Amino acid sequence: MTEPILQTIGITKSFGALQASQDISIDLRPGEIHALIGPNGAGKSTLIKQIAGGLRPDAGQVLFRGEDVTPLGTAERARRGLARTFQISALAMEDTVLQNALLGAMGAGGTAFRFFRPALAQRDLRAVAENALELVGLSAHAATPTFELSHGQRRQLEVAVALTLAPKAFVMDEPMAGLGFEGSKNLTNFLDRLRDTAPILLVEHDMDAVFALADRVSVLVYGRIIATGTVEEIRNDPDVRVAYLGEDA
Amino acid sequence: MSREQILNAAVMLALVAFPLWAWAADEPFLITLTTKAAILALAGVGLNIALGLGGLVSLGHAAFFGIGGYAMGVLASHAQLYDPILESPFLIEGTKSMPIIWLVAITASGLAALAIGALSLRTSGVYFIMITLAFGQMLYFFAISWPAYGGEDGLSIYARNDFPGLNTLDPIQFYIIVLALLAAVLLLTSRLAKSPFGLALNAARQSPVRVETVGISPYRLRLIAFTISGMITGLAGALFADLNRFVSPTMLSWQTSGEIMVFVIIGGVARLFGPVVGAMLFILLEHLLGGLSDYWHVYLGVLLLLIVLFARGGVIGSLAGRGKAHD
Ligand SMILES: Nc1ncnc2c1ncn2[C@@H]1O[C@H](COP(=O)(O)OP(=O)(O)OP(=O)(O)O)[C@@H](O)[C@H]1O
Ligand SMILES: [Mg+2]
Repeated sequence: MTEPILQTIGITKSFGALQASQDISIDLRPGEIHALIGPNGAGKSTLIKQIAGGLRPDAGQVLFRGEDVTPLGTAERARRGLARTFQISALAMEDTVLQNALLGAMGAGGTAFRFFRPALAQRDLRAVAENALELVGLSAHAATPTFELSHGQRRQLEVAVALTLAPKAFVMDEPMAGLGFEGSKNLTNFLDRLRDTAPILLVEHDMDAVFALADRVSVLVYGRIIATGTVEEIRNDPDVRVAYLGEDA
Repeated sequence: MSREQILNAAVMLALVAFPLWAWAADEPFLITLTTKAAILALAGVGLNIALGLGGLVSLGHAAFFGIGGYAMGVLASHAQLYDPILESPFLIEGTKSMPIIWLVAITASGLAALAIGALSLRTSGVYFIMITLAFGQMLYFFAISWPAYGGEDGLSIYARNDFPGLNTLDPIQFYIIVLALLAAVLLLTSRLAKSPFGLALNAARQSPVRVETVGISPYRLRLIAFTISGMITGLAGALFADLNRFVSPTMLSWQTSGEIMVFVIIGGVARLFGPVVGAMLFILLEHLLGGLSDYWHVYLGVLLLLIVLFARGGVIGSLAGRGKAHD
């Protein structure tokens, strides 16, 4: 078996009495899409935050490419090649689409601390940024201020910024949310190809997308992973059917 | 050219033409008044890097302004008494040379900004405002209780400092020095704002998590911005002290911090020429209304209130409309 690129070992996190993550161990292997599903409030975003670095676990470890990154902050993990997209878009709204993409290129290239030449005039940065916008289909909107984008376009821009990092793994929190049928279908096709670039840990409520894309699925309920397996195994798992798919046993 | 660029060019033209006219008309007082406006504008341009680009509401910029002022005062007062600042372990003498004084002022205020920023930037919002204010007040009370350099009374120097090839006592020649520095700093600031650093800093103001998620530390961006900001305001402080041939703890007071912020807000936060327009208007109002009434600050307060309520982009924002996004 190949070494996982990203791995959590016994991640545990409580908010007061609420146990948001209970002893969670999951991994992400090269070339795969690993979907994380679970009802609202199950603790999916909380787990993602601990993997990406925004939240420190009470116990447990996050390993990325063999390194224990638990003590590191978000920026340090990003520099090591971990790209994250948010459930609620986090973008520089006053800036243009291209400027947001440039930001990613600067972070990836370690060139944010250049003080004199205009960012827009730097060919190396622009090439990376424009390429990413092209891939998600936002090229035509490069000069548009981000606040003018539709909800779906903002999601696409999130993915584009993640792409500019040339990451070793993606962690995506509900990228399809609010995209509509056509948008979800396009993004599904896109992610399907993206897994060859880098594996994706995908939190998603859209079951069609999950079943179409996932190599493996983990089911999170009340902060606990109750099952991990292929799409087929998960569909037929009696625990999952009771706890999540909402059926009587 | 955008409307804002045309406006900026007009302001620059006024800064050249008006003092030349005053010079031709033999009105040295008006030249000195414009010099004061240009120096205060420079202090505001410094603050605007932290406030406008970085979103850092610093109420402690008087610290840097004052440090610049005292850098001038200390160096020049030792020089005029032929009394070295330090004899052992090595000799440090005072100086009357402006370029050296500027360098010392920029370095000292930059180091202070680095130290104050390193601590203050761990907080945000109201706490950041309060902690920068507290640092400013600390330096203010330190200066008051420091008898070696005049304490509460401040420190006077006999003659303005020297600049190679110019007679700095001639108002128009000193003004040319100030204007050249202001223009150079404005040019550098406009480059900075468009550079990758400026882009990242501005993005960190809008969404710090976004910046972190691409691997850039918002803290580092802000600390560098705060330091650059303090250096520029420190340079302005050295010039201000040179203009008055006097430095006192007033330069370090929180009222000074407030006034520098007022220039930026009147003219337009995050607008390149915002502090320039703001400082010019401030000096104009002070000159016109200050003669009429001792309570001219009340009128200023009303103006400020109107701007904050109805013209968020300050004067530049009102005249030039929404700026930026793409250029
Ligand atoms: N910072 C916090 N402080 C306290 N409680 C929190 C915090 N963050 C999340 N929670 C709680 O933890 C639980 C898990 O939240 P989380 O956002 O991880 O769920 P989720 O699975 O992502 O849900 P959704 O599908 O709605 O996005 C929720 O009950 C939430 O209210
Ligand atoms: Mg969530």
